[in-house]
Amino acid sequence: MLKRVKLLLSFMKGNRAQYGGAIIAVGLATLSSLLIPLIIRIVIDSVIGDTSMQMPGWILSFFQYIGGKSFLAKNLWIGGIAIVALTILRGMFLFLKGKWSAIASESFARRMREQLFDHLQYLPHDYHVKVQTGDLIQRCTSDVETIRRFLAIQFIEVGRAFFMVGAVLPIMFVLDVRMTIVSMIVVPLIFGFAIVFFLKVKSAFKVSDETEGKLSSILQENLSGVRVVRAFARQAYEIDKFDHINGQFRDLTYRLIRLLAWYWGISDFMCLMQIGTVILLGTYLASQGMISLGTFFLFSSYVGMLLWPVRQMGRILTDLGKALVALGRIQEIFNEPVEDMKIGAHRGSIKGNIEFKNVSFAYDDGKKILKNISFSVQQGQTVAILGPTGSGKSSLVYLLSGLYDYDEGSIEIDGVELRDIDRKWLREHVGIVLQEPFLFSRTVKENIGLAKKDVRETEIVEAARIAAIHDVVLEFDKGYETPVGERGVTLSGGQKQRVALARMLIKHYPILVFDDTLSAVDTETDAAIRKALKKRSNKATTFIISHRITTLSDADIILVLENGKLTQSGTHEKLIRQRGLYKRIWSLQSALEEELDGDGEHERTSGEFITKRKG
Amino acid sequence: MSVFEEQDYKKRFDWQLWKKLFRYLKPYKKHLAVLGVVVIILAGIDTVFPLMTKLAVDSYIVPRTFEGLWKFGFLFALLVIVQAVVVWLFIAIAGKIDMGICYDIRKRGFERLQELSFTYYDRTQVGWIMARMTSDISRLGDTIAWGLVDMIWGFTMMLAMAVVMFVLNWKLAFLTLSVVPVLAVLSLYFQKKILKWYRIVRKSNSRITGGFNEGITGAKTTKTLAREQENLREFQAMTSTMYHSSVRAAVLSSMYLPAVLTLGSIGTALALWYGGKGVLAATISYGTLLAFISYTVQFFEPVREIARIFAELQSAQASAERTLSMIETKPDITDSAQVIKTYGTTYSPKKDRWPEMAGNITFRNVSFAYSGGQKVLTQFNLDVKAGETIALVGETGSGKSTIVNLACRFYEPTEGEILIDGVDYRERTLLWLHSNLGYVLQTPHLFSGAIEENIRYGKLEATDKEIEGAARLVNAHNFIMNLEDGYQTDVGEGGGRLSTGEKQLISFARAILADPRIFVLDEATSSIDTESEKIIQEAIEQVLAGRTSFIIAHRLSTIRSADRILVIRDGRVIEEGDHHNLLKQKGYYYKLYTNQFMDEQETRLINA
Repeated sequence: MLKRVKLLLSFMKGNRAQYGGAIIAVGLATLSSLLIPLIIRIVIDSVIGDTSMQMPGWILSFFQYIGGKSFLAKNLWIGGIAIVALTILRGMFLFLKGKWSAIASESFARRMREQLFDHLQYLPHDYHVKVQTGDLIQRCTSDVETIRRFLAIQFIEVGRAFFMVGAVLPIMFVLDVRMTIVSMIVVPLIFGFAIVFFLKVKSAFKVSDETEGKLSSILQENLSGVRVVRAFARQAYEIDKFDHINGQFRDLTYRLIRLLAWYWGISDFMCLMQIGTVILLGTYLASQGMISLGTFFLFSSYVGMLLWPVRQMGRILTDLGKALVALGRIQEIFNEPVEDMKIGAHRGSIKGNIEFKNVSFAYDDGKKILKNISFSVQQGQTVAILGPTGSGKSSLVYLLSGLYDYDEGSIEIDGVELRDIDRKWLREHVGIVLQEPFLFSRTVKENIGLAKKDVRETEIVEAARIAAIHDVVLEFDKGYETPVGERGVTLSGGQKQRVALARMLIKHYPILVFDDTLSAVDTETDAAIRKALKKRSNKATTFIISHRITTLSDADIILVLENGKLTQSGTHEKLIRQRGLYKRIWSLQSALEEELDGDGEHERTSGEFITKRKG
Repeated sequence: MSVFEEQDYKKRFDWQLWKKLFRYLKPYKKHLAVLGVVVIILAGIDTVFPLMTKLAVDSYIVPRTFEGLWKFGFLFALLVIVQAVVVWLFIAIAGKIDMGICYDIRKRGFERLQELSFTYYDRTQVGWIMARMTSDISRLGDTIAWGLVDMIWGFTMMLAMAVVMFVLNWKLAFLTLSVVPVLAVLSLYFQKKILKWYRIVRKSNSRITGGFNEGITGAKTTKTLAREQENLREFQAMTSTMYHSSVRAAVLSSMYLPAVLTLGSIGTALALWYGGKGVLAATISYGTLLAFISYTVQFFEPVREIARIFAELQSAQASAERTLSMIETKPDITDSAQVIKTYGTTYSPKKDRWPEMAGNITFRNVSFAYSGGQKVLTQFNLDVKAGETIALVGETGSGKSTIVNLACRFYEPTEGEILIDGVDYRERTLLWLHSNLGYVLQTPHLFSGAIEENIRYGKLEATDKEIEGAARLVNAHNFIMNLEDGYQTDVGEGGGRLSTGEKQLISFARAILADPRIFVLDEATSSIDTESEKIIQEAIEQVLAGRTSFIIAHRLSTIRSADRILVIRDGRVIEEGDHHNLLKQKGYYYKLYTNQFMDEQETRLINA
């Protein structure tokens, strides 16, 4: 709780002047609004009526100076002008309050959004693998909004309530103690009622919200499963299902509205009874000459002014609760530790000689992913990595760009320990194309040009050519200007991979990593891309994760990973002479020929086929 | 990102649209009538309270007597009770209408969504429909139930107050009310402006949501591109727009309120000045003066309300436009009146008249083009005998899926005809065909709920035994029993708690339970482990046995076991035959097969 408030305060910093100003302004505005009934009282009692004015001497002498009662009575407009002037004053304060609280709360929201965005960007790779996007977005948007609204509206409103009570009470007490006490009788009652009621109703709010959530998810499931619904001809069933939840939502929300109806009905009753009591007592006292007519009017005005903020208290408290919950959810994000980008400071040139010495790596949960990996690569060489799912292939290449940190051993790039290299610098020199790359919702051109500033059109086309996506792009209606994603073309998996590849090729990285990148691209295109890559003048040190024998056999060095261990490494020629995974893959080609010759007549499933080959 | 975007909308008031919308009020006529009375009473009471003050002043305070004050007290208490009851009624009835209308429109919308054909779903995003069905409809209910009622309340109250004021003292009334027209114009002006800015705020808010979405889903890619700083800069541009437009909107609102208050105070000042003179001249009573002062303060509340509602009507109209356009969309594929007469509708089918289906399917000179005009199939012919298994292979976009969608009558041919058992399928109901259809998708879609419910989807009246039987047939029984709650295990939203393979098996069980004559399988490209693949392969064989089937095939094992393989390219069959014949042709299929063979075997071997 304390931590949450601390977080809140830290984001409110920098706008202290506005918060303070807004609260003072709302106080002054309240004061000016309280003065108006006072003026009307004076006009009624002492200008129109005959009661002598009761007020500080200097004001009295001022009135005497300008001509006393008779002058004011002849010029009743002066009272009117005073009212208008006070209202304008009040308006100015209200305006300032509105402006300052808007600036303060919007700055708060802006600061929080930006820091959330930045924090999320620097959370480690691992975090983003596990995260639930929808939930996070919810926190970054509606939770921030909940807090902002609280700060913009309620926070200041509480200040207003305090000012109101603080200022009204003394005035009333000075004027008439009996009336004051009667005016205040119901206030604690309404206050208590408001709080108890909103605490009780919380569950009804929650139930209604939850049902609405269910309604959306049933709708969502129906829409995304429209094929299943139609194929089983289940429209009638679906309509019944939806009707049920739709009706439930209607009834539960109606129940909530009815509860609110009770609240407003009862609190209206209490407030009006209070006003009625004040009027009744006031009438009695005034008719007995114990208070003036103006005082009577004043009390009946003040009572209304007092009750309104009290009635809002319950609401404010529920909203405070909501804001605190939202704050807690946001705090959870900020509590996640970010990557240390400044772990090393070395920013020397990177050429691409890489040496792994006894490198081990484990996840946070202690699961060992890589064990004692050693190998070395010369600048410009191509390394192919082969291994089953979960053997640590991806982790191995992620180590290279600092997406993961190795626990033991050493990795040297051009003789410099990887850990000592500035992380941003490192990533600017190691280009990874992920297996499931993300394209931003911009044009194809912008996506390809993302990694480099001031990129030329010819560079984009060249990169797209090498990535074998140029022809595909030209077929789109707007060519390179076609937006990607929901608003534009939907690309297939293989096309996405190729755009992502082009994006990496734009920048001449000394180290390139393909994380099973071309898996969704057909074999021929794959070969064409690799051929084009080889032709590039400045050859990068390239890591390719693949299962395709054609790709593997092309590499200078082949690494076979099994269970986090490097079981085989060397050239194609070397590995086909060894027993092992690589050789088995290699022999598949002859198996294919056999299959084609023999027509696979007896094979029902290819699973059996493999078992037979192994045995 | 577009899902998050706000749409712009027309400016003009569309009377026709509102008339259509008001039709939804019909079932609530009685409620509306009561509500009307309630609102008028409410406005009346609001008008009477200042009169009570006048009564107190003129009958008791000024004459300096409290005789009969109990009567006054009694009257006041009575008014308070009536007010409380009326407020309760007001909220309860308006709430009832609000929720009722939302329910009705939502229901109508959902029913329409069940009728619209796939061409509609192809061009409409789920997010768009969701927004229409949730927030737009809520906004409509809000505006119709509360907005209109508030407006009636406002007008009635203003009218009542004006009448009372004129009766009390017409000159004073005339004078104090002279500010009202100015106020009305000012209010409308401000509200429109404020709303315009809030719309900009909402737009930039959607953009920020989109920004977060991209930032989070693209975080891994961002790291590899080392683009964090640029991303933040771009995001800051969005938050900056948001900041400026929000502050702008808030500042405008903060200007509006003082303007209203000042105008109101001019009214009060006029009342005090002219009324005070009247009191001095003894032409106006103290009570009347005080009542006028109260009225001038009270008068401005409804003006503000009405201005706000008027301004909001615009966005409500946009909601109405979008929602109604969805509800009024005509489904492309419907049964003809003649067919309905013979075989019944989807909701009350005459099943006894339905013919048995054998499962012979014939495409006769079928052409198909999307509504955009893009031709997918031209003069396509195909003859499938009952019980035959057809595998369709080819690249994405070759037309495989279209053929299947046509066979299922999810699309209808733009030219030519499709015959089932020798009869054009348009001469039968959609329900007849779909009741005989089994369908398993590449990414199996499950509904949240228990496994049992999901399987039962294939045959609603199935017994538990039948369900278990279907599960056993596709080898799903064992893994289901290993789950904590067995068949009652909740699969989570979209089946998220199960693996893809498990979801596949359940969708097979569901299809088997339906016992369809025609079966469609859209096979997954993603490789699964050997063990599950074997299980799934066996399940497929179970499902296909004895049924006419179409398979959009990716796995070699399924392709090979098909009776006939069609190689589709650009909407035409370029090669046709069984596996052996096609291999011998050494054409496209040969290439496809060898590539696929290597890919599949390599993956399998590595992960064996």
